[in-house]
Amino acid sequence: METLWPQIEAILARVAKPARYIGGELGACVPEHGDGKVAWLLVYPDTYEIGLPNQGLQILYEILNDREDAVAERSYAPWVDMEAAMRAAGIPFFSLENHLPARAFDLLAFNLSAELVYTNVLNLIDLSGIPLHGADRTGDDPLVVAGGHCTFNPEPLADFVDCFVLGDGEEVVGEITALMRAWQTGTPGTHAPVPGWEQRSRPALLRALSQIAGVYVPSCYEVPPTRPNGADGHGASSGDPGVRPLFPETPARVEKRTLADLGGSPYPRRQLVPLIEVVHDRLNVELFRGCTRGCRFCQAGMVTRPVRERPAAQVRQMVSDGLARTGYDEVALTSLSSADYSGIEGVVTGIVDDPACSGQVAVSLPSLRVDAFTVATAAQIQRVRRTGLTFAPEGGTWRMRQVINKLIREEDLYAAVDAAFGQGWRRVKLYFLVGLPTETDEDTLGIVSLARQCVEIGRRYHKSVSVTASVGGFVPKPQTPFQWFGQNTVEELTRKVRILREAARTVHGLTVRWHDPEATVAEGIVSRGDRRTGAVLEEVWRQGGTFQEWSEHFDFGRWTAALDRVGLTLEEVVYRHRDEHERLPWDHLSAGLHRDFLWQEWMDALAEHGLEDCRWTPCYDCGACTGFGVEHVVASAVPPAGGSQGTGQDLATGGQVPVRFLQPAVGGSDRTAAASRGCPPAAPVPVGTGAGLGT
Amino acid sequence: MWERALRRAGLPIAYTGGFSPRPQLAFGPALPTGCESLAEYVDVVLDDGRPETTELDAGRTAGLAGGFLPAGIDIMAARVVDPRIASVQADVTSCRWEMSFVGLSRDELGERIDRFLAAPSVPILRERKGREELDDLRPSVLAIALSDPRGIRVDGGTPAGPVELVADLATRPRGVRPVEVTRALCAVSPVPGGGTVRAGEGGTLVLDRARRTQQWIERDGLRREPLEVGVPPAGSGRAVHALERAS
Repeated sequence: METLWPQIEAILARVAKPARYIGGELGACVPEHGDGKVAWLLVYPDTYEIGLPNQGLQILYEILNDREDAVAERSYAPWVDMEAAMRAAGIPFFSLENHLPARAFDLLAFNLSAELVYTNVLNLIDLSGIPLHGADRTGDDPLVVAGGHCTFNPEPLADFVDCFVLGDGEEVVGEITALMRAWQTGTPGTHAPVPGWEQRSRPALLRALSQIAGVYVPSCYEVPPTRPNGADGHGASSGDPGVRPLFPETPARVEKRTLADLGGSPYPRRQLVPLIEVVHDRLNVELFRGCTRGCRFCQAGMVTRPVRERPAAQVRQMVSDGLARTGYDEVALTSLSSADYSGIEGVVTGIVDDPACSGQVAVSLPSLRVDAFTVATAAQIQRVRRTGLTFAPEGGTWRMRQVINKLIREEDLYAAVDAAFGQGWRRVKLYFLVGLPTETDEDTLGIVSLARQCVEIGRRYHKSVSVTASVGGFVPKPQTPFQWFGQNTVEELTRKVRILREAARTVHGLTVRWHDPEATVAEGIVSRGDRRTGAVLEEVWRQGGTFQEWSEHFDFGRWTAALDRVGLTLEEVVYRHRDEHERLPWDHLSAGLHRDFLWQEWMDALAEHGLEDCRWTPCYDCGACTGFGVEHVVASAVPPAGGSQGTGQDLATGGQVPVRFLQPAVGGSDRTAAASRGCPPAAPVPVGTGAGLGT
Repeated sequence: MWERALRRAGLPIAYTGGFSPRPQLAFGPALPTGCESLAEYVDVVLDDGRPETTELDAGRTAGLAGGFLPAGIDIMAARVVDPRIASVQADVTSCRWEMSFVGLSRDELGERIDRFLAAPSVPILRERKGREELDDLRPSVLAIALSDPRGIRVDGGTPAGPVELVADLATRPRGVRPVEVTRALCAVSPVPGGGTVRAGEGGTLVLDRARRTQQWIERDGLRREPLEVGVPPAGSGRAVHALERAS
């Protein structure tokens, strides 16, 4: 198909930030389409600046373009001004490399990282000129696929997306490419035969796709009609999802894909360097995938298990090659909890002391553990451009943090903050959640007490200090222990924010920032929605509701009106507690976690029992390792200084966990001995509890 | 973009001191979004303390950096300058622009230009730090005229294809942007209420393309460009003026 560039160029002068639509980034691949090559359009359904740095999309872009049988281009959601100009000029959604229309591709693949972008997905399918509903598409339409964390409950998008990929995408994109090519040429694939294959029928393609491990094809399943308030789910505790595959070769339960050997698989070598400023505008190097801290609210930590570290030598190689190639002067060592990487100090010291970096390269750890030890590391690596430090205690009281299993004691936080101010930082940011299970006003107000104490600690070092408490509203996520919890109402979240702001008003130096409670609840509608939610999304989109992550475009009224129209209520979809036996919309999809493990965790949460990190302590049999025959891959048998939660507390005990070491373990290879020796807490920085401490 | 390209090239750029070191780069007047340019300048300060610096001259520096710039950005010339001379930003007094318009015939546009030149003042509203202020654009437009009509077909006075003009626009007290010239040309139209024009293109005149072709330094009645293209680089100092041409 012909490039759309002449038509696109003609409208660029009339839109904001035209560089969003021209491509030309360093690392971009302008592929040659041709016979025998399956063409993927990889789409991040938010703005260019948000989407470009996405590492998942970039990894797949590189893998696909390295294949003989595939080409991949990228695109992002055009901002509202560009979309209007495109629709007025009759220009469809297009790719950034060759500026080809989306319909010129065989697959339109969306990255789903957040629920509020779903209406953008609908909009982009429509802007592509592809029928909105999967049921209306023919063999001539591109296949619409989606991956990313949100696919662990794909039901709200089941009407619009032909197939979803659960878990790591590195391997499965190749399998889908091969199957697509076989279907296009009418040659037999490796799948069980399906009727209509030789005729290139679309149902045959979908039915064959449903046989690929980790691929969920909604149209290959029969979903029983949903009765209100979970009334049809009783008796499902045996694990029967109620959803039935329509074909014998389609699995009854789709298990996620897990890349067992992260270090051994291709790593990104050509990170995209944009021409305009984007978020996370720096070299990003992934240290490890997965997290077993076990924070019960955290979907990412639950669905990406087990922990798989890259070898340190590979990390160093990625950093030095990446800096030389990109010209960036900042590198972020990314992971769900980067400071937990075995030998993190060695890696960061290596970067900072590398003469090639000439002292100008800043290193950032996006997720700091809350302890003084981590701050010391941070001080060493942030010799240049020291801005602010961020910690995430998440809960305001020790009781609350036991419920959510974020086992940070006040002393740990104060020691960390003391070390931060002592090392010269003036600004500290603290992340909290409100609307957590069992939360009382004492817990909510505990946020201000903690933050006030942090301000007082800072005053011992500096005249003027700034502490920001950033408060998000909690949204229960599928495949987590809190998936049964009835989310706080808009009114309750608003009240909690109000009492926080009132309490913080008298604390000089403390700023409270909060997330819009209405946006939190809108996210909740989609997070645990079933197939009926698709009609809600469609209605919100039809009323003009795109870019719902952007406060200037978010309108809660559209969401409540759409619920009304579809015959759903916030009470049923968002606010209601689910019970043990209710059938959940994602019961036929598995992130590897046993349902009874999650339920036990939910019960433990309500009983305020914490659970230690299983990387360095015995296994709780969540299912992530054993179910896939994989293991944690860590380089050290010894938890980081400060103990397995950074606190050195003696928590639960259990059986043996399968752990494979990258190198001979330091201090003996006997796991149990290493664990039972225990690790003393980080050398405590003396901190008085102070008079202002309210908890 | 320049910072990263220069680092990729491995050039020994000088950094500012302090907690937040930045590479010492100084650009000329900013190019408005959506405009093309054949004449952009940047001062790059190299680190005298690095041994590599002594091995570099202007030509080699430009050659090295040129290989790492995005497609469409080429270094046309480079020269070593005395670090004590004023920056490009401070030195440049005006820029020459080529603009093409659609919506009006050549004759109609010519009439607008005549009106503009004859007007004692042409006030337009500009936003400054979130507030709207009334500025007189007339004194900042040093010259404006229709371009050579070659290649432009005008069919019986009706608009057919873009009409081009050339203008010299002052950079002080504030740089004049092509879109502001467009608004001013609308403002002088005889359309009722056309005294002061707010945002947007206004009237029927639509700016199709704008391209900066020259930057001028005018001093003591003499006008010159910061860097002559084709002049061989000479001398040995610390700073390099690089002329960048975007096509």
